[in-house]
Amino acid sequence: MEKKPQNPSSDDSASSEGIPAPEGAANLIDTDYVIGQDNITTNAMGLNLDLHGKVFSISAIIVLLFVVLTLALQDTIAPIYDAIFSFLTVNLGWFFILSANVFVVLCIGLIFSPLGKIRIGGADAKPDFTYMGWFSMLFAAGMGIGLMFFGVNEPLTHFGTSFDGGSWAPLAGAEGDATGAAALAMAATIFHWGLHPWAIYAVVALSLALFSFNKGLPLSMRSVFYPILGERVWGWPGHIIDILAVFATLFGLATSLGLGATQAAAGLTYLFDAPESDVTMILLIIGITLIAICSILAGVDKGVQLLSKINIAMAALLLFFVIAVGPTLLIATGFFENLWSYAVHLPALSNPFGREDANFSQGWTAFYWAWWISWSPYVGMFIARVSRGRTVREFLISVMLVPFFVSVLWMTTFGGTAIDQYVSQGIEAVRDAGVDLQLFVMLEQLPLSQITSFVAIVLVIIFFVTSSDSGSLVIDSITAGGKVDAPKPQRVFWAIIEGAIAIALLLGGGLTALQTMAVSTGFPFTIILLVACYAIIKGLMSEPKAV
Amino acid sequence: MFNNIMVPVDLAHLDTIEPALSIVADLAKQYDAHITYVSVTASTPTSVARTPQEYEQKLNAFAQERHKVHGQPVSIKVYSSTDPIANVDSILVKAVDEVGADLVMMGTHLPRHLDIVMPSHGGKVATHTNASVFLLRLAQ
Repeated sequence: MEKKPQNPSSDDSASSEGIPAPEGAANLIDTDYVIGQDNITTNAMGLNLDLHGKVFSISAIIVLLFVVLTLALQDTIAPIYDAIFSFLTVNLGWFFILSANVFVVLCIGLIFSPLGKIRIGGADAKPDFTYMGWFSMLFAAGMGIGLMFFGVNEPLTHFGTSFDGGSWAPLAGAEGDATGAAALAMAATIFHWGLHPWAIYAVVALSLALFSFNKGLPLSMRSVFYPILGERVWGWPGHIIDILAVFATLFGLATSLGLGATQAAAGLTYLFDAPESDVTMILLIIGITLIAICSILAGVDKGVQLLSKINIAMAALLLFFVIAVGPTLLIATGFFENLWSYAVHLPALSNPFGREDANFSQGWTAFYWAWWISWSPYVGMFIARVSRGRTVREFLISVMLVPFFVSVLWMTTFGGTAIDQYVSQGIEAVRDAGVDLQLFVMLEQLPLSQITSFVAIVLVIIFFVTSSDSGSLVIDSITAGGKVDAPKPQRVFWAIIEGAIAIALLLGGGLTALQTMAVSTGFPFTIILLVACYAIIKGLMSEPKAV
Repeated sequence: MFNNIMVPVDLAHLDTIEPALSIVADLAKQYDAHITYVSVTASTPTSVARTPQEYEQKLNAFAQERHKVHGQPVSIKVYSSTDPIANVDSILVKAVDEVGADLVMMGTHLPRHLDIVMPSHGGKVATHTNASVFLLRLAQ
């Protein structure tokens, strides 16, 4: 916050020069709830603790229960998780697809509406971060890691099913037509990584930021429900929402960390003949967790922001390197062609009803939407925390449109290059490689592959660190009743728990099963997000406009 | 010797610094010094205030109360931060220059092993500023 230096000698009585200008008319919600009123504070063994009694203890018990159950009854419980998830995507696929469309329409509508002028944190609030720092953090938290693994895999997979006319092809495919199949593959990939996921994050982030910075409620999922539940949000309905958010975030992160370590280890084995053993993977998880702990101890500004900036700079280097040494012209023209192809296919791809490509719409699209939505409490809460001082319009353009174009460029570069290698150059190695290795095999066809592959591995690892550190901050603030200034050891605790769960499931099995369960939380969160849409409109309507 | 004493204050944990406040007052009276109460608060709502502005009003009221007790001139300064718990040390170091303090008085805990990874705020400030720093072991 900007301050002017003060001259103490001129003061003879109390004066206030801390915050020079008012932050603009605030329209705080009138509630008697005091943040942290349900918290338990203690000083055990020299460690200060400040936790929401119910949310922390019940979350901890549920987390422990699920880990033990999954480890002990793996063969019995995995099919149950799978059945729940299949039921959701098969029977409620339309609900996910329809809801995601609502989120996109709302976000685009808000960009163009007069409500877009409202500033998060009050009319005169100043942003806490530069554009670069802010964008790096939201992108690294949002989907960086996914782009590394699926940038090559997904376009190639859709191309394969479309060209072969398989039952998993999007929109009935384009059998035997390489150009048509490539266009359809890129459109489908961009659909899954473009406007919709970012709109999902934007809805959560905007609603949380609005109700925290402008309405004065704690930075916690429950606050979004205030317009509907009123004061009851501080009781059990609110506890359940927050516990669900902890569950989704913790298991989402821990299982991704475990699976990510498996994939990174596969990459290391492929590149450097590192032994593909449990030890390698556990060392990777411990390493990632340790760096994440350093990052959260350094804090959002000096830890998470710094790592995110390094991450985005390295990712940009890799991206521009592939553009430069790969099929440059094809990527340049492909960017616009793919955008066009996306625009053409968007109505059919986002249609929730009467789909003939059920395998694709349920197995891919509904799965992705559930996945993004289950991640949204974590990503949304983190984005909200760092977005004070931005107008709603600025926020939505940066959280939705800019990442969309970056995703299109990334997918065009990595996916387009891989498809080109396969179609034009007849290189089948990329298509035949495992999911974990496709990126590396693609890079191998380009110059300096030893260096680029190494950069790619480092990127994967740092992306995991940036997920782990921001995720631990989010879980800590939810379990501390919305406090962001709870004692530091608590955030370290969550980072360690995340790593420990990843290692336990890696050794005992059940990573995929528990991840399925975490993604299943996408269903209740879809309902929560729809409520958030209503809350955003209602909240914004009662805000004074920025000048 | 001292013209402006900076006193970091956390309104959420006022009880823990209460004993230090009278020592600050004694020293300020002895040197006829000005006292600047400084706070670092979260930009999100906290247990003390729902906005940084509200926090500032409360700190101002606190300073006025103290002024009534010791009679020395007082002023305040509030910093808001995305991550106050991690940034408090560097903000306090910056505050020393911005408020023109020549002495910082703050409470701290007894040395412990954990300080190796999580140093005390007082220790961190003392090693990063040119001003004199008076750390009060309130636990004693």
